[in-house]
Amino acid sequence: MAERKPRSMATRAIGWAFILSFSASVALTVVYALGGQPQIEGAMLFVALGGLGAGLVLWASRLMPQGPHVEERRLTFEEPEELEETEDAFVVGAEQIGRRRFLGRLLGAAAAAFGVALIFPIRSLGTRPGRSLFETSWRTGTRAVTEDGAPVKAAELAVDTILTVFPEGHTDAADSQTLLIKTEPGTFHPRPGREDWSPEDIVAFSKICTHAGCPVGLFQASSNQLFCPCHQSVFFVSDGAVPTKGPATRPLPQLPLSIDADGYVVAQGDFPEPVGPEFWNFGRRP
Amino acid sequence: MIKRTVEWVDERVGGSHFLHKTLNKVFPDHWSFLFGEIALYAFVVLVATGIFLAYFFNPSLAHTVYNGVYRPLKGVTVSAAYSSAVDLSFSVRAGLVMRQTHHWAALVFIGAIVVHLCRIFFTGAFRKPREINWWIGLTLLVLALFNGFTGYSMLDDLLSGTGLRIAYSIALSIPLVGTWIAFLVFGGEFPSDRIISRLFTTHVLIVPVLIATLIGVHLAFVWRQKHTQFPGPGRTERNVEGTMFWPTYAAKSIGLFFGVSAVLTALGGLAQINPIWLYGPFRPENVTIPAQPDWYLGWTEGALRIFPAWEFRFHGFVIPNPFFPGVLLPGIMFTILYAWPFIDARITGDHSAHHLLERPRDRPGRTALGVAALTFFVVLFLAGSNDLIAKWFLVPVDTITWVFRIGAMVAPFVTGFITFRLMDGYARSGADRFTKVPLAYFLHRSLTNTPHA
Repeated sequence: MAERKPRSMATRAIGWAFILSFSASVALTVVYALGGQPQIEGAMLFVALGGLGAGLVLWASRLMPQGPHVEERRLTFEEPEELEETEDAFVVGAEQIGRRRFLGRLLGAAAAAFGVALIFPIRSLGTRPGRSLFETSWRTGTRAVTEDGAPVKAAELAVDTILTVFPEGHTDAADSQTLLIKTEPGTFHPRPGREDWSPEDIVAFSKICTHAGCPVGLFQASSNQLFCPCHQSVFFVSDGAVPTKGPATRPLPQLPLSIDADGYVVAQGDFPEPVGPEFWNFGRRP
Repeated sequence: MIKRTVEWVDERVGGSHFLHKTLNKVFPDHWSFLFGEIALYAFVVLVATGIFLAYFFNPSLAHTVYNGVYRPLKGVTVSAAYSSAVDLSFSVRAGLVMRQTHHWAALVFIGAIVVHLCRIFFTGAFRKPREINWWIGLTLLVLALFNGFTGYSMLDDLLSGTGLRIAYSIALSIPLVGTWIAFLVFGGEFPSDRIISRLFTTHVLIVPVLIATLIGVHLAFVWRQKHTQFPGPGRTERNVEGTMFWPTYAAKSIGLFFGVSAVLTALGGLAQINPIWLYGPFRPENVTIPAQPDWYLGWTEGALRIFPAWEFRFHGFVIPNPFFPGVLLPGIMFTILYAWPFIDARITGDHSAHHLLERPRDRPGRTALGVAALTFFVVLFLAGSNDLIAKWFLVPVDTITWVFRIGAMVAPFVTGFITFRLMDGYARSGADRFTKVPLAYFLHRSLTNTPHA
């Protein structure tokens, strides 16, 4: 057998690449016309585009002039005299403006004032933070309801379970999401002054992580710990949801609870401090 | 035919002189010069698929009951944004391939930019006269990162909602102005009903236009200054050696475009990505487990996870914990990167213009620093999956966190030191291949072998 010339081998390979690409495009059209199928579409696109790519690259690297070609590179772009003239033109113009010093200052003041005025449209972008970060929708006597709006009976909560609740009528209030936990009697140690916040050993903490705001969705009953799945902060429920591991720096705020005459869980009031991640004026309630 | 077109244009706007120079323009060839091109072509794919997707996506938070073909979600109240994203995946012909190709292209786009950045850094291509293009490139990276995030955040699925929640908290953590910034960007307290439509406008109009413009300027600079080249026989500061633009280089480059598109569409058709129907719609009280961002934000995620529980409080004011890993760290990183051409010139004392590249071994110190920085980011990236690593190795997540805390501080020094010794020995040996360097050169710093001039 006679040895094939590399150039004709390349020509063959390139030809085949384009034929493959052509066929894949036809197949793609058929698949599309029949209703489409993602995996076949992906495979056919790969062959159609890949054939074009392989063919072109082979063509360029085997059958086109390779050089190496050498081109001159200039180290500076302009002649020195030209540069000097440009500089001079700038300086002359600047001097002409600079002579009217008073007008120049007025221009500066007007531009600055307009710059300030430009801030107003930016101000329109959002509401004023005001007190909104310091308050949730919990009020004295508000019933705790599930995300479907069903009120929660204290007697129906099983020990060592958690339940996500909202203030009644505010199931869309993201900042008010709260975890109800029925703790095993005697395991919860309320902070001084909060002894009457956990009737029938039911405690409530803000569900929003104090680190970066994710819902603290995981509860391990055996160790009485809440875990945040985003950045792995751990909160120890028994001591008032204090952070024990991970990046969180402050306990989950506790919601004061009581039980109303009908046996439903209600709030004694709002959270005593802002919920969720901290911010600059965190300690300065307006 | 070609001749007549050229004449037609020349008679009206001229420019055949420029065109002639362009056709004969010489481009140096090296595999490492292709990453910028790959990024460019990934961007082309992003624009093409993105236009298609924009015709189907509805950036609205209006409540709607899902009634599409995906059975598990039937009857669930979701946002119009989420519903339209699921519908364009399942009910629009070729929609899923388009959406997945778009997502894969975004991952590859940023990956190619990062590798391109590394190539520029390790070969000293940022030196005078290319500082401006270094800044444009960095700005493109920032814009690409930002647009990646806005893109996957606007679908209103559970994973993206979690990411937005964290972004809001990071904005909130900025001293003095954080609350205002968070409220102005989001339109109010999280989750505001304005954010999705804002993300959409930003993602499909504002940032892409900026990116396209800056790519144009970036390439114009390369055109004007001509590409750098590695030193070699016959190559000097005053010439460019390579293949001519027409036809060889153009054909190769268009071939590369098809190659990149082929890989991206294959991934888009065959490799599932961001299956929002599995994550479910966003509800503020729900969260996906595990929750990892797209790869290019993994380092910030890791930094948030392993930064110790520190914060500053004084007179009722707080600098919250997320500020340090979420704002300060990226801020320092990008400040150093933007200032790098000046820092490098100060360290090396070399303030002159260069068109010949340096090889990584020519500057062992710079190479070591770059490898140390990359190591730091790899550790942070891995730390972003500390929960998964804990699960795979059956080790408490807190242990993993501590490993990464120490690793982020120690590993960069180790890899930096090793890199320095390897590059330094390589350079002293005068070998033309790394594998040919006698071991002794790495061990004894006194050995030198001056290569023949």
